[in-house]
Amino acid sequence: MDKILEVKGLSQVYGPGCDLCFASTGPDLETNICPHCGSIVALHDLSFDLYKGEILGIMGESGSGKSTAVKCLYFDQMPYSGNAIFFDDSGQMPLFKLNPAQRRSLRNHRFGMVYQNPNLGLNFDISAGGNIAERLLMSQVMNYSEIRERARELLARTEVLTERMDELPKNFSGGMQQRVQIAKALATRPPLLFLDEVTTGLDLSVQAKILDLILEIQSELNTAMIVVTHDLGVIRLLAGRTLVMKYGRVIESGLTDQILEDPQHAYTQQLVASAL
Amino acid sequence: MSNGINFAFLDEYAKREIRRSLIKAICIPGYQVPYSSREMPMGRGFGTGGLQLTLALIGADDTLKVIDQGSDDSVNAVNLRKFIEMTCPGIATTTRLQEATLIQSRHRIPEQALRADQILVLQVPYPDALVIVEPSEDKRKIMHGEADYSRLLVKLYEDIVKFDEITISHRYPTRINGHYIIDPSPIPRYDVPKLHNSKALILFGAGREKKIYAVPPHCLAEPLAFDDVPFRIEDFSDSHGERRACKLCGSKTSFLDEFIDEQGVRVYQCSDSDYCEQQQECAHG
Repeated sequence: MDKILEVKGLSQVYGPGCDLCFASTGPDLETNICPHCGSIVALHDLSFDLYKGEILGIMGESGSGKSTAVKCLYFDQMPYSGNAIFFDDSGQMPLFKLNPAQRRSLRNHRFGMVYQNPNLGLNFDISAGGNIAERLLMSQVMNYSEIRERARELLARTEVLTERMDELPKNFSGGMQQRVQIAKALATRPPLLFLDEVTTGLDLSVQAKILDLILEIQSELNTAMIVVTHDLGVIRLLAGRTLVMKYGRVIESGLTDQILEDPQHAYTQQLVASAL
Repeated sequence: MSNGINFAFLDEYAKREIRRSLIKAICIPGYQVPYSSREMPMGRGFGTGGLQLTLALIGADDTLKVIDQGSDDSVNAVNLRKFIEMTCPGIATTTRLQEATLIQSRHRIPEQALRADQILVLQVPYPDALVIVEPSEDKRKIMHGEADYSRLLVKLYEDIVKFDEITISHRYPTRINGHYIIDPSPIPRYDVPKLHNSKALILFGAGREKKIYAVPPHCLAEPLAFDDVPFRIEDFSDSHGERRACKLCGSKTSFLDEFIDEQGVRVYQCSDSDYCEQQQECAHG
């Protein structure tokens, strides 16, 4: 399989940071707040490879650093340290060494993001079709009819009623907003998609539909995905491999089935036991 | 000067600064060059941006024409002309486009084609076309730099969705020289094609917003549109599809103003008063 993303030693610290931050925090010490400088070590030494068409799950409790990892990779924030290389058709791209214009270009054309909160991913002042049009227009699709057609196709693909494509997404239900967000993220057919707690806050039947949709898209478009969630059910259904995080560190990683059937770390065992 | 005011009101340093900004604006067509807009003896919004450009450019051998909404004798045009006559002793003013070397205008580009030896200065209230989609100037600068106008295009998309056509009547976003999109000041759509490949230099001055930009001669100026929904100008057709004519000169090709006459009848008249008068003179031999 071809590698699409390689992450090495990714760390993020909120606060001034000091030399003792990493040594004074972590799962063993049961804290991610540095006692010396008060900084929060949100992420430390995260490393993984992601392959084309693969779904990688990142699981952990609130504050474990899973969303921070995705935000760094999607350039919502710059990391404290670490490297990440994106393997695109045109060559390798060291993500954190790119200039702001190159980063924006990757975000707009090669990456897709679905946030937990549709407010962050959608513009509620323009129609659902307009939201998708924005991504297409960024990619220089300048034909109105073609934009309409592609927006309609994407909304149909994500099971949004196409008759409602000219309505504002703020009038949609949470599940439908999430599906519009997925349609928007897929507009440019990105090879890498980030999904941050996409099913949190949705009722079970809607969750199931969205998870099915994500699986269908992955098999259809061979899109690599990083799925961040605290829900074991989501991980079980979607992810082939999983990282379990606590206090900003990966405490266990491996095949999802292996982690769920035979968890090694005490925290993972507790997590799996509490879900069953 | 005898009245103690420098020629063209501005001090020489201020004029040089504006000219330097103008040169930069001409070198980078459509790029908004910041400049230190001076306080003028009139309120912001009365054309202080255009006026400063005119004052920085005007020389004793220039002939000036000032227009407001196409008319030479509206209050704004008359007052600006008087001010320039007062502060630039010896300069000639005219209402005839052909005689003018420097034209300051608000809301219109003259009806007749400009010549290569003429400069048109347009007064601009809002210089940035992106302001309707992005309130942060920092972000707008980045968007301009990267030619990221997708959000502006979404505005046009939404217009077509709601109204079946692009409804922007004035300040139509226009791409200059294939990169920067400008707000071409509140000229009607009818005037936008005149920016394209113009023989004259066209300058834009925003006093309140402290920005100067330019469309140099023979430069590409493309109104923003979709491949299959082209830009179109006002057509002035009546209910029978016939082009309305000016009630004074009978022109069927000019931009028309609509108003209600004393009998309560809707009538149309050339917006460009100089053009209308010339048409009438031609008709009367």
